Amino acid sequence: MTAALVALRAILHREALRFLGQRGRLVAALVRPLVWLFIFAAGFRAALGLSITPPYQTYIPYETYVVPGLCGMILLFNGMQSSLSLVYDREMGSMRLLLTSPLPRWWLLLSKLIAGAAISVLQAYAFLAIAFAYGIRMTGAGYLGALPAMFFAALMLGALGLMLSSFIRQLENFAGVMNFVIFPMFFLSTALYPLWKMAEASPLLARACAANPFTQAVELIRFALYRQLNAPALGWVALALLVFGALALWGYDPERGTVRRKA
Amino acid sequence: MKYLALTALLFAAPAGAAEIWVTNEKDDTISVIDVATLEVTRTIPTGERPRGITFSKDYSKVYICASDSDAVQVMDAATGKILHDLPSGEDPEQFVLHPDDKHLWIANEDDAVTTVVDVESRTVVAQINVGIEPEGMAVSPDGKTVITTSETTNMAHWIDTATNKIYANTLVDSRPRHAEFTKQGAELWVSSEIGGTVTVFDTATQAEKGKVRFEITGVNDDLIQPVGFEFTPDGKTAFVALGPSNHVAVVNAETLEVDKYILVGRRVWHMAFSPDHTQLFTTNGVSGDVTVIDVASLEPVKTIKVGRFPWGAAMRP
Repeated sequence: MTAALVALRAILHREALRFLGQRGRLVAALVRPLVWLFIFAAGFRAALGLSITPPYQTYIPYETYVVPGLCGMILLFNGMQSSLSLVYDREMGSMRLLLTSPLPRWWLLLSKLIAGAAISVLQAYAFLAIAFAYGIRMTGAGYLGALPAMFFAALMLGALGLMLSSFIRQLENFAGVMNFVIFPMFFLSTALYPLWKMAEASPLLARACAANPFTQAVELIRFALYRQLNAPALGWVALALLVFGALALWGYDPERGTVRRKA
Repeated sequence: MKYLALTALLFAAPAGAAEIWVTNEKDDTISVIDVATLEVTRTIPTGERPRGITFSKDYSKVYICASDSDAVQVMDAATGKILHDLPSGEDPEQFVLHPDDKHLWIANEDDAVTTVVDVESRTVVAQINVGIEPEGMAVSPDGKTVITTSETTNMAHWIDTATNKIYANTLVDSRPRHAEFTKQGAELWVSSEIGGTVTVFDTATQAEKGKVRFEITGVNDDLIQPVGFEFTPDGKTAFVALGPSNHVAVVNAETLEVDKYILVGRRVWHMAFSPDHTQLFTTNGVSGDVTVIDVASLEPVKTIKVGRFPWGAAMRP
């Protein structure tokens, strides 16, 4: 096995161990979207009338609408959390050691992204299983189709976290950025309400909402769950992944990035 | 010869395709939905405010209640041309075609009468005084009894078709809008829009046998207004449109319990089955569309945009 694959396996293994070691993390990761599904969605069911918007072919209850958005929420929070751990790891953990290895830095960061995305997707499927038991069901092909969509979205959101973490000096600062990034990203998206509903309130907000990469990630997942490919969303997510990835790489470059400045 | 056969086949295919015809109250049109593609294939102009719609037995003609034109229109189903009007009395809303394919029984909402029209001679055979604001019409499978429900009197009037006389009146809950006999004719079901119930009568004795009640989580009781309904061919299940609650109830016709509520468009009025009874098409008045329900899975599969305020629906195989 080449050194690169050894590194990838080691990082995957470490992420898995960390995830299994923190039993509360899965519960915590699931509680958040479940609260939205069981309480928020139930409360808003009657208040928010949903007209038919693709990929839906007919009227749907609000609970059905929010499920893809809540999958996105899991990926978003997890992507950020995984990057948060990197700030810590970089300061005193194994990543510090790994970053000094002769392996290319982009590969190490990509391995870290893949490992984080794999854990995120597992959690999203655990959520989909609970939603299934609750009566919100997709077809088998839909669940299968959502796998690459969710993985891709998780990579993009992880890259965003990675980029942010590269510009953050200390662990304490990260919490602030989370508030400035996660909440606007989540609420300014189609996770909780369709774009046309946003446009009714403000066309400007609707445009911001459409440009939000998280919106595109949610729509990619939503269409995939209904066995459709949303090509513009896929393109948008790919572009965001490239930009965030490149900036993260730049940020982590000891020659130019902030890592050097920190030292 | 081969090309000729192929051409014939191509032209024959659309004619054989099953359709659902939907009357649009506000647009004064009929939207025709292709059952195979679930798309509107054509829109046909009608008289003012078309509501009730039914086909002749051979499906060559279609009868339309053009309420604000005070006429029942007869249309050629193949060409969509209005052939002639029938003398219908004022404000016809619903009607029922007798199994003899010759007599149309029409509820005249403003006149408090039920008019019997001979569709061949185009003459009024009889006018029967009924309660105030008659609306729902039903005929028993043997053709011996016709029912008119009156919205304000809150009654189902049982009319003997041999004598054209009312032989029984039964009270139902407030604002009865639709009536249907079960497939074998043993029971009569009447929906009450304001009362929020469907009352089931024994046809032989005209005695009340039971009531279907509805309750949808998160929906105010006032919005649960049963209107049109249809039975599956085996008679075991009834689908009941619940008006502004935007749901169709799936009712077990034996236990009179509701098995499921299906979300459809806004203000659901009436419905029609596809010829093989695998799909049910509901007209959603306020949202201006038709929701297609898969009868096996009881799931809504698609909602199709039609004209403004769709009301009645009829199937043409």
